[in-house]
Amino acid sequence: MEIIRVTNLKKQYGEVLAVDGISFCVREGEVFGFLGPNGAGKTSTINMMIGLSRPSGGQIVIDGIDAVKDVKKVQKIIGVVPDENNMYGEMDGFENLCFCAALYGMRKAEREKRAKELLEHFNLAAAGKRPFRAYSKGMKRKLTIAAGIIHDPKILFLDEPTTGIDVESARQIRELILGLKEQGKTIFITTHYIEEAQRVCDRIAFIVKGRIVKIGTVSDLLNDAVRGHKLSLKVSGSLNAIRGELETRFQNFRLEFSDENSLLITSKEPVALYPVIQWLDSKGISVYEAREIKPTLEDVFVKITAEKAKVEV
Amino acid sequence: METAIAFWNILKKDIHNYYLKPPNISWGIIFPLSWTLMQLVRSPGNVEIIELLPGLMAMSILFGTTSMLAVTITFEKRSRSFDRLLLAPISISTLVFAKLSGAIIFGMVNAFVPVAFAANFADLSGTYWPLVIIAVFLIALTSALLGLLIAVSAKEVFEAQTFSNFFRFPMLFLCGLFLPIERLPGILKAISFCLPLTYGTDTLNGAIRGSSIFNTSFNIFIMLMFSALLFYLCHRNIQRNWIL
Ligand SMILES: Nc1ncnc2c1ncn2[C@@H]1O[C@H](COP(=O)(O)OP(=O)(O)OP(=O)(O)O)[C@@H](O)[C@H]1O
Ligand SMILES: [Mg+2]
Repeated sequence: MEIIRVTNLKKQYGEVLAVDGISFCVREGEVFGFLGPNGAGKTSTINMMIGLSRPSGGQIVIDGIDAVKDVKKVQKIIGVVPDENNMYGEMDGFENLCFCAALYGMRKAEREKRAKELLEHFNLAAAGKRPFRAYSKGMKRKLTIAAGIIHDPKILFLDEPTTGIDVESARQIRELILGLKEQGKTIFITTHYIEEAQRVCDRIAFIVKGRIVKIGTVSDLLNDAVRGHKLSLKVSGSLNAIRGELETRFQNFRLEFSDENSLLITSKEPVALYPVIQWLDSKGISVYEAREIKPTLEDVFVKITAEKAKVEV
Repeated sequence: METAIAFWNILKKDIHNYYLKPPNISWGIIFPLSWTLMQLVRSPGNVEIIELLPGLMAMSILFGTTSMLAVTITFEKRSRSFDRLLLAPISISTLVFAKLSGAIIFGMVNAFVPVAFAANFADLSGTYWPLVIIAVFLIALTSALLGLLIAVSAKEVFEAQTFSNFFRFPMLFLCGLFLPIERLPGILKAISFCLPLTYGTDTLNGAIRGSSIFNTSFNIFIMLMFSALLFYLCHRNIQRNWIL
């Protein structure tokens, strides 16, 4: 079931058309990724969905509520982690969390309990009494994320949650996202880390210059990007002498030789390995490693942006 | 109930984070106090403290509220923590009232610092206190709204600071705080009648010293009109400048 539907959404800042008529939907319980380079319009899109900015055109419906007209109703059921860590510098971690909970009308006992739990969960318990301004960048990020989920929102918006923090903290945050998904929450996440999107997202929209250029499940996108199969072989002897022969023998493969001991096979069909190994063996060359090369979202992204550049020329 | 919890916590946070900070407390107390001393030293014997009191109270409120509200809101806007308030499921009016309440309470408390001081030296038995409280509230309300208007128009903290000084220093001299309005030259007199503080100070003069230019109901009516106008302007600018 879809929980967010955005139709023909536009945002114009003076001369700049930051978001150029995008449409997409997010299904309940999924992690939906918004992936794009700097200035693509990710934050602008989020800000319109959460009510920090007014669309120049288009519709947003969140959980059956018109988010443009009735944004205060939407804000009850969403949590937001903005791109900047915007907690109160002069207040400590615990106070900050309790204050954020109070904004959602939570009672004192309940908000203090939640705040303690979250500080524990993010390993911030020891820093709970230190002012936010004295936190390290990673600690600030974690507290900002904790504040976004303190009222147990149904839908969570995360704007670049792992930018500027170390590998371990980023891993914790990805685990948290997957944990929330398991609880049935819907998560909308923007990022420019392709790998991160690949790890946590169910579906991804690529946004470039305010337009969605591709949208789909991670596996669809991957299959789409690299049609065919890639296999990398490492061999014992030198391939230099038999290159020509190899190419004539296996005409339906595309062969690349990066050095005399390696061979990269690209094929539309799955590659039958045995004939290759047998043939090479008959030439006195043995294969000691064969590895399938999997496409990454990066390939998808490179391909899409290259296509887009071609269209524009 | 949920709105009340949010309202109360925003108010409490502002009081705790801003109004109760030592520099602001001292600003609210030291400035009016030193101004009084200056007046007394300059013309010893000639000035009755009771004559200075309405002006001092008006000044304390003006200095306590306008710039405090303008600066704290701009500061929160700059550090983006203000977005948290805009993202909360409470109406913008609730948010604005919570912010205004902090400034109004602070201004009203400030107003009674000179009163406490004057009570040691002057006979305040002729004062009509209910009217003093109404006047103090209305001055605090209009000053806070002026601060809010500055806050929604300024982008940087220093802009807010400059704007509020631009308004409040002339108001010190134009609103009958220390110079009787009758003694102002024609054009300045005309300006002073366009400023809400003039009517607030006049009301205080009536309540404390028993002499005022206008009658009380007229003063209160005008201040309510100013509040409505300022509130309308704030509301319009908020819709335009806060939700981009
Ligand atoms: N308040 C604003 N006023 C004017 N232009 C803006 C404003 N906010 C964003 N823009 C412009 O809109 C475009 C999209 O910006 P946006 O912040 O949405 O990008 P983004 O995808 O979030 O980028 P990043 O990855 O750097 O966060 C940019 O060209 C930006 O300069
Ligand atoms: Mg962004």
